[in-house]
Amino acid sequence: MSLYVLSLILFCIGIYGVLRKRNIVKIIMGLAIMGYAVNLFFVLLGYRLHGRAPIDSAGQDILNMVDPLPQALVLTSIVISLGIMALVISIAIRIYEKYGTFDITKIKRLKG
Amino acid sequence: MKGVNIIPLFVIIPLLAAFLISLLGRAVRNFSETLIGISSTLLLGFALRSVMLVKHAPIKALVYKIGGWMPPFGICMVLDGLSSFMLVVVNLIAFFVAVYSFSYMEKYTDKPKFFILFSLMVCGLNGLIITGDLFNLFVFLEIASISSYALVAFGTEAEELEASFKYAIMGTVASIFVFLGIAFLYGFTSTLNMADMAAVLASKPSTWILPFVSVLFLAGFSLKAAMVPFHGWLPDAHSSAPASISAMLSGVLIKTLGIYAMMRIFFNVLGINQGHLTVLMFLGAFSIITGAVLAFSQWDLKRLLAYSTISQIGYVVLGLGLGTPLGIFGGLFHLFNHSVFKSLLFLNSGAVDYASGTRDLRETGGFSKVMPITARTNLIASMAISGIPPFGGFFSKLLIVIACIQKGHIGYGLCAVVGSILTLIYFMKVQKFVFLGELKEKFKGIIEVPSVMRFSMVCLAFICIFAGILLLPSFRAFLDQAVNVLLNGTGYASVVMEAAVK
Repeated sequence: MSLYVLSLILFCIGIYGVLRKRNIVKIIMGLAIMGYAVNLFFVLLGYRLHGRAPIDSAGQDILNMVDPLPQALVLTSIVISLGIMALVISIAIRIYEKYGTFDITKIKRLKG
Repeated sequence: MKGVNIIPLFVIIPLLAAFLISLLGRAVRNFSETLIGISSTLLLGFALRSVMLVKHAPIKALVYKIGGWMPPFGICMVLDGLSSFMLVVVNLIAFFVAVYSFSYMEKYTDKPKFFILFSLMVCGLNGLIITGDLFNLFVFLEIASISSYALVAFGTEAEELEASFKYAIMGTVASIFVFLGIAFLYGFTSTLNMADMAAVLASKPSTWILPFVSVLFLAGFSLKAAMVPFHGWLPDAHSSAPASISAMLSGVLIKTLGIYAMMRIFFNVLGINQGHLTVLMFLGAFSIITGAVLAFSQWDLKRLLAYSTISQIGYVVLGLGLGTPLGIFGGLFHLFNHSVFKSLLFLNSGAVDYASGTRDLRETGGFSKVMPITARTNLIASMAISGIPPFGGFFSKLLIVIACIQKGHIGYGLCAVVGSILTLIYFMKVQKFVFLGELKEKFKGIIEVPSVMRFSMVCLAFICIFAGILLLPSFRAFLDQAVNVLLNGTGYASVVMEAAVK
């Protein structure tokens, strides 16, 4: 149970970073932390107490195994968030070249 | 070729086109244009064919089993009435936008890269529409989203980067909410197939999970669809992107990523209840009024159109949120109409920008003398969007208002009427400041845009005029099939399972 609470706390830290921070890089870090928290939560869903890896081998009865599907899904999700991070960070670098600052309160040419 | 085998082609064709362009786009001259032309024509043809396939199928659904695995275990692709309707909308707009981009993208440096991203976006949209698996839905949602973030920043000017950054952050937060919702649903039902999940959810006693997951999906998909409290990123992103991409974003992307995905999950998987409908109706009506009022005070042409998108999406959600057959019919019909005329309006704004180099309403004026075709198509689209009788937009708005009154929601009906009047007013502003009045000295030399751009605009204008035909009995099957899927609700499960056995 405490692990679930831990991933909830991580998620809240991530949301705090996205909503409250003014530095673009810190916002991106908040976004990454949110993603990690959800991935962690998803992997935890597949865990069974005292479970073992679901590998079938001769002469063994698998009585209690962990659910392998969330691991495959989280792997995909990690790759997706890698793509997003690469894109967002390269946009952040270009923004710094154009505006000379990482402060979002100073990056506001679009309004109305 | 057997009918069911065309289903995976909707993903394969754009993905293959993107791959080939990235290999050969630089080396061979005009390779990217040719390939995109072929692939979008093929996709449009297959999309129209899919409507006929569903019409003649005995149980109104076709299931393609990837690798031959039966649905609850393997991943499947489902083509039913709603999917084929959305496929036609997406591929129709994508075709005209691709043709328009041949000329329009000349002013940007790297055309092959643009077409790679464009193809990936179409692949994501098509995949999201035909998938029958909840996790695949998330993956395709991300493919479409990531390529749209990159396309918004395509010009790499300061404003475009800023808009793209806002859009990417909001979009990613939305995706994380959707993913969290999927995680909860998987933990609760131990399955990812949407049909199987609907069956499992129906057999389990309801707990706190379902309302909680509904809120997560509502937040995630409303952010993607830019419903009013979540709309902050849309005016920046849609006004900064290249015009052809604005047309794709406003025309199909927010509808597929936001509305289609939300409807599919709420109606067919979770099972809709009065609570969901009340929230959707309120969000819809709120978006109509807020979007229209905000559009009113804009002086940037594309920004005005972007706010107008928020307002028009409100109509679609209001219609669908009514939950009655007539309301859903009106909502989906408005979805079709809106994707046609809003794409046309964005393409027109791109044409104005292309010819004169400005889209500030205070600087332009009198363009109807030098750009007669753009002026006429813009007039047609403006009349269609504000609901002047013979055009398609009139009928869809009328149906939504009638459905509101039938169900006793006079207030929401009034919102829809007021929103329509406000729409007329701000499009008269566009017409007055851009196309009528005195032509300024510095714009004397501008000429009408190239012929491929005119071709797209004129074709879309014709569709605007004749969209009302879809209400005639012989064409109604196109919309009725889609409405029936939503009305069937969680009966989706048995339809898919039955179709899978065939």
